[in-house]
Amino acid sequence: MSKQILDLLQARFPGAILETHSQFGDDTAVVDPAAWLDVAKFLREDPRIDMDMFTDLTAVDYLWQGMVPRFEVVCHLRSLQHGHRIRIKARVGEEDGSGADIASLVPVWKGANWFERETFDMFGVNFVNHPDLRRILMYPEFEGYPLRKDYPAQKYQPLVPFRDVPGKMAPFGPDEGMSFGRQTHDQHAGYANEEAPLPPEA
Amino acid sequence: MGEVKNTTTSVRVLEGSETGFATTRLDALLGWAKKYSLFQYPFVTACCGMEFMAMASPRFDMARFGAEAPRFSPRQADLLWVVGTISQRQAPALRRIYEQMTDPKYVLAFGTCASCGGFYDNYTTVPGIDKVIPCDVYVPGCPPRPEAVLDGLMLLQDKIARGDRTPAVVKPRFDPAKHGEELLQLQRKGGG
Repeated sequence: MSKQILDLLQARFPGAILETHSQFGDDTAVVDPAAWLDVAKFLREDPRIDMDMFTDLTAVDYLWQGMVPRFEVVCHLRSLQHGHRIRIKARVGEEDGSGADIASLVPVWKGANWFERETFDMFGVNFVNHPDLRRILMYPEFEGYPLRKDYPAQKYQPLVPFRDVPGKMAPFGPDEGMSFGRQTHDQHAGYANEEAPLPPEA
Repeated sequence: MGEVKNTTTSVRVLEGSETGFATTRLDALLGWAKKYSLFQYPFVTACCGMEFMAMASPRFDMARFGAEAPRFSPRQADLLWVVGTISQRQAPALRRIYEQMTDPKYVLAFGTCASCGGFYDNYTTVPGIDKVIPCDVYVPGCPPRPEAVLDGLMLLQDKIARGDRTPAVVKPRFDPAKHGEELLQLQRKGGG
């Protein structure tokens, strides 16, 4: 069954399917972003495939791998009728993060709304024709896209200015207490380090 | 009027229209009154909330300490329990709650996230509520054991009775570093 979906896709969109594989039984198709919406409509409406459940949508940032286009938008679909799944991907975005535009899937699956808002919030992928594209997890005052590899993880953007009253602050320092991950194992450890992180040593 | 006697002490029992009196200092009396009538506002945001419920339930029974009545209005509360992670997005709400509480007010940071941000060492989380509001007692632990929280509560009551407003940390009852050898041996046994 699984091979058949990829074959149907290849037959229906020759040239728009850039790569396919079925590792571990999970069918994956890398789609040309220009055909993203058409592929989604086909997967939803074709009765042999009938992907009626929108499972997940997110993005991956391949900045440190030097990939151009930089982001890979990943979408997981499932058919409740037939019980099969597919994963479709599209690669968008320049090296500086601009131009990451892709068609919104909200016209096809209503459930895509919040997933796309989250992906916009975290990666700055712009979903064209989304009905309500604004941040969903972070606050509107937040600048930048925190899940991008070039966002420093410890860069606070507080809504309330931090107190600093002598004699009334915590009687322990940032280096005391339990040794948590980044403080002991990360080269970027430090208190409120605001430098952009470097790729890990290969 | 009756008198009860044994070999060491004698106690006069007052009867009828007789009145007794006690002498004290006014601030000590007020401190004692405040200490045993804490009205708490539970600002519960995360997994520590379950620990807080366990604290309030019969097994550990916070009501023993006179810290019985939870009030879900800041106007009626004087002890703010900050239980769980405070994200940057929540900080304004926490600050507003604190500002609306009536004086004298006390704050207790429950768990490591409220105390210092815990392992959320990133842009999302406020690194300790003392960056937003003043804090009296810090209870470390992820999650803190109920005994540690009761220690923190008693420490706070002690501070209220003494009129002491400096921040304090609940210390562990036993120091794991002293048992480092045993832990190492356990690791050698388990990890091979």
